[in-house]
Formats: sequence, structure tokens, C-alpha cells
Amino acid sequence: MTDRAFSVVRAGALTTVQDLGRPGHAHLGVPRAGALDAPAHRLANRLVGNPGSAATLETTLTGCALRMRTATTVAVTGAPCPVTVDGRPAPWGAPVRVPAGAVLDAGPATHGLRSYLAFAGGVDTEPVLGSRAADLLSGLGPDPLGDGAVLPLGDPHGPPARADAVPHPGPVPELLLPFLPGPRDAWFTEAGLRTLTTGRFRVSPASNRIGLRTEGPPLERARTGELPSEGMPLGALQVPPNGLPVLFLHDHPTTGGYPVVGVVPERFLASAAQAVPGTPVRFLRMRPWGRVPSGRWNPTAGDADGRRA
Amino acid sequence: MRPLPVGEHGLLIELDSAEEVEALHAELLRRAADGALPPLREIVPAARTVLLDGLADPRGLLAELAAWDIPPLTAGHRPAVEIPVRYDGPDLADVAALWDVTPDEVVRRHSATEFHVAFCGFAPGFGYLTGLPEPLHVPRRDTPRTKVPVGSVALAGPYTGVYPRSSPGGWQLIGTADTVLWDPRREPAALLSPGTRVRFVPQETAR
Repeated sequence: MTDRAFSVVRAGALTTVQDLGRPGHAHLGVPRAGALDAPAHRLANRLVGNPGSAATLETTLTGCALRMRTATTVAVTGAPCPVTVDGRPAPWGAPVRVPAGAVLDAGPATHGLRSYLAFAGGVDTEPVLGSRAADLLSGLGPDPLGDGAVLPLGDPHGPPARADAVPHPGPVPELLLPFLPGPRDAWFTEAGLRTLTTGRFRVSPASNRIGLRTEGPPLERARTGELPSEGMPLGALQVPPNGLPVLFLHDHPTTGGYPVVGVVPERFLASAAQAVPGTPVRFLRMRPWGRVPSGRWNPTAGDADGRRA
Repeated sequence: MRPLPVGEHGLLIELDSAEEVEALHAELLRRAADGALPPLREIVPAARTVLLDGLADPRGLLAELAAWDIPPLTAGHRPAVEIPVRYDGPDLADVAALWDVTPDEVVRRHSATEFHVAFCGFAPGFGYLTGLPEPLHVPRRDTPRTKVPVGSVALAGPYTGVYPRSSPGGWQLIGTADTVLWDPRREPAALLSPGTRVRFVPQETAR
């Protein structure tokens, strides 16, 4: 084994290799996967001179510790956490030179959920369908880190960024999720849709990389029965029979049979990636682009419950 | 054809039948190959819909769609994938009872059917195969199995499927296939993709 590698001293609660995922394979049942907090992933890469496509580590709540086999420039972003090198404090959100043999420790998140560790050259595990992302739904990509595992690093790409000032995000009192209604909002009553935008929801501890589950008042359905399986986009608010919206994150199934009441645009999902269980959630209805004010579809004719006239 | 907006960059196009889904999907792939489709991230056919995601301007495509002339699918341009099956599944007798025929007749009918991959989902490489006529559609099992062995050939509703890996599942298991359905190191990784024709070829159950 080459020296360009690190070994895992403390894997933490759940640490996975992530990059920008494997889009374009949903028709084969392959989830996108990839870093849940994509801006934090890109920033970490930029700080160590990598392109945004290089693989980083995504930690969950408790961080992780690694012994570098070779001197490596490392940066930690995402959820703020204490960073140490052989026990000595090192900066969060900045390039850190870790000597060969030293232990880099990204401690528990002080707030937020997921930290990102980038290494000059990137984590160099075997790509699957063009991506190194671990996909926990379908088991593609590298397994979550285990203590003692050794992961290879690629060759450094270039000099790390010099002038990136990284703002230290504060705790988020409330998760705001703007959504565009549809495609199956007609499966819910007016009261059910009002519940979505006025109800007090919280992030459920059952959340994971597949979906952010919510606790709160159930949405009243206008229609019963099953929806034939249909394609599910990233950010879909899928509502299972218990009436509680699940926000589909990067490892979500590519098709599903429960109605999607709305879709949260991708740019709002990074905040969902950092929302700890118990965080209050507020859903904000955005102005839909596909309808005329009457609520009818434009330009194709069709009635409100989704059937052809 | 009824397009529904999906987020800022998607369209879900709802159709009246699986045949229309297949025809639209084929047309979309044809237009994509001709460079006549705007760039997009995903085209996901399903039971009654096609999802188009990652469009810069879904409004533009929405306006264009209404004018499309979608030719009905002409059968059988692509060669069929043949999947050898040992019809030894634990639910074969139950399916025979539901169809009101002998297990041998289940084998005969199932292997005489030409299937199509209507769509994929559930797991990488899992195709939902249509082709069985409506009277042969069977319900899922009341109690799903916690572990369905890899290669299980199974029925549920209008669909036949082959489990690409061991997983929980509630479909009726009628046989076993050794064919590798999903191998990310292979090109293409999925043996079955939407539109693929499939035939099951009975193998001797005794080894």
C-alpha cells in the first residue's frame, strides 16, 4: 500500500466517503447519493486545492479521527467542531498541514450534524459509476468507515486556497424549507395543505441520509388508495400513510408510490443536512411556476385531481 | 399527456397507460440521442409517468411537449434478453392456486410471455417487467419475507421482477435465476433497463 493513505483511529457514529454523487442513473434505480451539505463539501475541497468533485469524508454528529500516513493538507468544514492534530488545537474551516504519522481528530459537532473532511488529492477509493459516494440505500460505493480501515488518497491537485474566509455558522433555531407545491398536492385537502404550511413540525430522530423525517400534525389526504410508482426527485416531500412529510435527501429511492406534496429546491437542502433531531421545521410555500392563478394547469388542460378531462 | 411541475427543474408527465409511457420514453431517448432535447439530468419512466429532472427551463419544454407527435411503439427492434430460470420458488404452488392452474402450467405461461422492462427502482438493476395479462396479476404476500434470496424470480401485481441482490421483499417467489442483473464494473451495469425485452427460459430444477 502506498503511503498516500490514512488509517481510521475513530470512525465515529457514521462517517462515509462522499463526493457530488452519481446523477444520471435514476432510471436504473440508482440514487444520486453524494454529500448532503454540498456547499460545505465544495468549500472543504477548495481549501485544500481540490476540485469540487474530489471525495471527502462526511461525519455524523461525533466526528472521526484519522492517522495520516503521509504529510497531508486537510480542511474541516460543515458542522463546526473542535479540530486537533496530535491533541493540539487546529483551525476549523482552514487548511491544516498534518504531518506524517499524526492523528487528525475532528471532534463532536458543537452545532449542526455533518462535518466534511477534505484531503489534498481527495479520498481515492474505487469509483462506482463515476462516483466514490457511499450510497446507504443501495449499498453502492465504499462502506461506512470502520475503526482500523485504511483509505487511499489521490495525488494533490494544486496549492490550497489562500484567501477563503470561512464564516463560522451559528446554531440554527429553526429549519426553513421553502417548497414548490406538486406534483401530487391534489391528493391532499385544503386543510391538509394548510397543516403543512402552518403546523409545528420537528426533525425526527429517525432521519438519515435517505430522508429527513418529521414529527408533527399529519396532513389530511383528499384521496385514498395507492399511487402507481413514479419517479422521485431529490428534495421531494413524500407523504406516507401516517401523514408526516419525509424530505428526500441524496440516498432516496428513485421511484416510490406515496404522493409528493411538494419539492424543496436543492439549494435549501444543505440546511436540512445540518438539522439535528428536535429542530423545529417550517415549510414555506413558494409561488408555483406551472399554474395560472385559478389553480389550473397551464397550458395543458386537466382537472385538479390529476385525471384527464 | 399531462405534465405536472416538479420543483424548479422537473416535469412529471402523466400518461394513460404503460404503453404510452413506453412510447414517450422511447421518443425522449430518440430526441436526446438526436440532440433535440434540452440538457437534463434524469429521465425516469415509471408505471404511468415519466419524470424529467434537472431541466434548466422546464417551462420551455412544457410548452413544447404539447406539439410533440409521439409515434406508437413498434414492437421488437431490440433483441430480447434471455434469463434462464429454475422454477423452484416457494410460492409457485400459491401462484398456481391463484391462477387456478397446475405449477407446470405456471411455468409454461410465464416462460411463454414476452416481458418488457417498464421501469427500474427498488434497488439498482431491479426492473419492473410487464407482459403478464391482467387475469394473471397476483397480490403481494400478506407478510413480506425479511430476506428474499438473490436471483429470485417473483410476481406482484402486473409485474415480474428478479431480485438483483438479497433484500426484504413481499413478492411471490416462483423461481431462481443465476444471471447477474447488476454489476457496476460491467458496461452496462444493469442487464435490464427500461424498454428491454425479456424472456424467461425454463431450466431443469434437478441438479
